[in-house]
Amino acid sequence: MSQATPAISTAGPDAIELPSIPLAQIAPWALFYGLVALLALFFISTDQGATSLISGTAIHEWVHDGRHLLGYPCH
Amino acid sequence: MTARNILIRGLIAGFIAGIFGFLVAHQVGEPHVEKAIALEEAGTADEAEAPEEHGHEEGAAHEHDAAEAGGTAHEHSHEAGHSHGEAAEVSRGNQRTWGLLTGTLIVGTALGGLIALISAAAIGRVGRLRPAASTALVTAIGFASFALVPFFKYPAAPPAVGSGDTIGERTGYYFIFLAISVLAAVAATFLARRLLTQVSVYASVVIGAGAYLAVVVLAAVAMPTVNELGDFPADTLWYFRLSSLFTLATIWGVIGVVLTGLVGRLDAVAVARAERRELAASI
Repeated sequence: MSQATPAISTAGPDAIELPSIPLAQIAPWALFYGLVALLALFFISTDQGATSLISGTAIHEWVHDGRHLLGYPCH
Repeated sequence: MTARNILIRGLIAGFIAGIFGFLVAHQVGEPHVEKAIALEEAGTADEAEAPEEHGHEEGAAHEHDAAEAGGTAHEHSHEAGHSHGEAAEVSRGNQRTWGLLTGTLIVGTALGGLIALISAAAIGRVGRLRPAASTALVTAIGFASFALVPFFKYPAAPPAVGSGDTIGERTGYYFIFLAISVLAAVAATFLARRLLTQVSVYASVVIGAGAYLAVVVLAAVAMPTVNELGDFPADTLWYFRLSSLFTLATIWGVIGVVLTGLVGRLDAVAVARAERRELAASI
């Protein structure tokens, strides 16, 4: 017991195996969340500007200042 | 450590980043947006007073308007689409507070989640970097390739700068350049990672960064420049762009700091558990 403790502390976190997450586990999350995120970014950055998925100007007007200050092209 | 664990932490980091991004945009950026809108409205009023001058100015910009002799009337109906005055569809008071907050929160949260998923994939796969370090690296590369480099080529434009007739073109250029930058960053990262087994860490990073730079510089030189500034005042433009960059840096910075901290804690818990197991096994 008294020998085991220093052996572990000298090993430190580097000796602990680097974790990694199987890509197969990430893939469905990435696909679904990636699509949702891209859609969200599209509505904030571009909709009712250069192209329109939803007609009108309400979204454009509502996020107008964000669009300018976040650096997206706006009118 | 699972994809779900890290995604949730990314969404939290992104939400917090959105709040900070709003504070910076509102405090630092909004005064310059207001100034630009005042200029835009003064400009529209001038054009109404001097229709012939306006017609001359705009003639080169959009030739298809030649048929529309009533330039002023056209311009006014066009402006009504995104008017910023009291008669606007969304009041300025809402635009610079709730509207801006909506924008920064959604962009922050969306980016936070994306960065988290990329970080989840990068954990344990970038050299010998611990999870926190690889997460910080993913965020740093993301900021450079998704925000900073595109900003250098197509910087944010304040209200009153940019014609409604070129919005399609400008948006296209911006997203094409953005895509080139992000794809080049991904490719350069894979290249550097591959080189790690053959050359030193230093050499792989230098070669990877150099390859990325070569691609984006070439793209920036090849792609058209957008300059619709006209006589927009330089000081307002400079402060507006600076504040826009501060906003972007805040969002990315907060995501990086919070997510790196949270992932680091996840890793520390996992390491402690592994150490305890090892200790128990050694008894």
